[in-house]
Amino acid sequence: MMAKKAKFRQKAYILFLVAPAFIILVGVVIYPFFYNIVLSLSNMSLRHIRDWKIVGFEQYVKVFTENTQPGFYGIFLKTIIWTVVNVFFHVVIGVFLALVLNQKEIRGKAIFRTILILPWAVPQLIVALTWRGMFNYEFGSINLMLTHWFGLPAVQWLKNPLDAFIAVILTNVWLGFPFMMVIALGALQSIPQDLYEAAEIDGAMWYHRLQKITLPLIRPVMIPAITLGTIWTFNNLNIIWLVSNGGEPSDNTHILVSFVYKAAFNFYRYGYGAALSMVIFFVLLVFSLSFMRKTKATEAAY
Amino acid sequence: MSGKKKYFSRIIVSYIILILFCIIALYPVMQIVSISLRPADRLLSTSLELIPSNATFHSYERLFTETEFFQWLINSTLVAFVVTLTGVVLASTAGFAFSRFEFIGKKIGLLSLLVTQMFPATMLLLPMYIMLVKLHLINSYLGIIIMYSATALPFCIWQMKGYYDTIPTSLEEAGRIDGCNQFQTFYKIILPLASPALVITALFSFMSAWTEYVVAAQILQDTDLWTLPLGLKSFEANMGTEWGLYGAASVIITIPVVILFLSLSRWLVSGLTLGSVKG
Repeated sequence: MMAKKAKFRQKAYILFLVAPAFIILVGVVIYPFFYNIVLSLSNMSLRHIRDWKIVGFEQYVKVFTENTQPGFYGIFLKTIIWTVVNVFFHVVIGVFLALVLNQKEIRGKAIFRTILILPWAVPQLIVALTWRGMFNYEFGSINLMLTHWFGLPAVQWLKNPLDAFIAVILTNVWLGFPFMMVIALGALQSIPQDLYEAAEIDGAMWYHRLQKITLPLIRPVMIPAITLGTIWTFNNLNIIWLVSNGGEPSDNTHILVSFVYKAAFNFYRYGYGAALSMVIFFVLLVFSLSFMRKTKATEAAY
Repeated sequence: MSGKKKYFSRIIVSYIILILFCIIALYPVMQIVSISLRPADRLLSTSLELIPSNATFHSYERLFTETEFFQWLINSTLVAFVVTLTGVVLASTAGFAFSRFEFIGKKIGLLSLLVTQMFPATMLLLPMYIMLVKLHLINSYLGIIIMYSATALPFCIWQMKGYYDTIPTSLEEAGRIDGCNQFQTFYKIILPLASPALVITALFSFMSAWTEYVVAAQILQDTDLWTLPLGLKSFEANMGTEWGLYGAASVIITIPVVILFLSLSRWLVSGLTLGSVKG
């Protein structure tokens, strides 16, 4: 009898701990998720806001075949380039700076670290709008530097499709490397120092130490961070939307998620937007699952 | 001898690299401060100096006297405060349950939290927007507070769970022997130990609300209800950006976040990496 009562109390306690978060997640995440599936199968748009009906996979077909300007496949390719380039530079710069900063001879580590974290600390909205200003043709400091210091011609950053794409990438590389640096620093600090001492006695060169000790040992920490970083970058609406001012020039600077935002909230194509959202979600789901499976498989080899 | 020379050149190169990246990290931030201090007739300047000659606080004055900035500041503070409080309470309790107990749906629950990270922002925003329209919660803080609270929540729960996993259960058993009940052991013993992770949760929740733009742009349409990001964006109109106001507002919005972030950066390392290693 007592045991039963204790068990019940235990259950009530767990419920008490989990229920608040569960309720809010059901309301704001789970229910909207299923509602989004329904929307993606419907024809809801500004014209059909009340009299919408289920139309099956019509919207999905549209996503893949409709001749939108720019087209789905072009944006998809751009999204992949955007993600790969960004994450590559985030990780390379982040790990590199962490390695430099982690050398025991460096003084003023705390100050360097604090300044280097700044791009992460500044709100993304302000980062985006400020860089947008810096890319201004006439008054932006990037062009001023190019012309004054290097004698190069000024660039029409936000007017040419390619330059605009480079501009958003530069902005996002700037704000993203500190996250990887912080993670890498944490990982580096957990590597026991005597491993390096032993390697030094064995006469290992720095690149041997890097290759055989440092990189394998920070890998398990970096992999989840890189997975998360990839997902966040793939879905980074803020920077693209705000630096390019909604995809300028003439919708040439879009990644998938900003394209959906435009379709849904500027053109009120709700059904289409919902379907495209689902497509993005599945792309990420497949990527994450295969990436994690692959890295787990190689992890076992160590 | 050559070993020593190599050693010194390595250190010098290291410092040069660090200083170079510090300049890159600092420059855009200095740029904002610089714009906010420029006198009105020199806002569109083609000089590269960081502290403008005849610097002035005129833009800050205008910000508080000529715009609704003060109202937006109050609105944002209110929203961010409620969101942070909700986030910390929900993540710390749910994370604890996920770390310590077995219950039905635990595995699926944890997995779904991870999967939510793959949702594109629009996937929840669009249905939520339509739901809020139907519930007449457009132009209300309740709608936006609920949405913000849920944004950072999955990540924070994972983070908290990962951190709790590193705290030995023997501490709770000791607490139980000393006569604490289950809940007391949680908030008297475990919570203080988990403060680094709590701090990170608070920081992330705060940041997700304080400067969020794309969600707010759809939900808060009435200028009286605007939060700081909406006000800030309104200075950056396509034609004739109010650069002075924009700079001054950015500085005021950024300062609390940067101070919070940098003073907590010590915990950032331990809170985040522990969570991800054990997660």
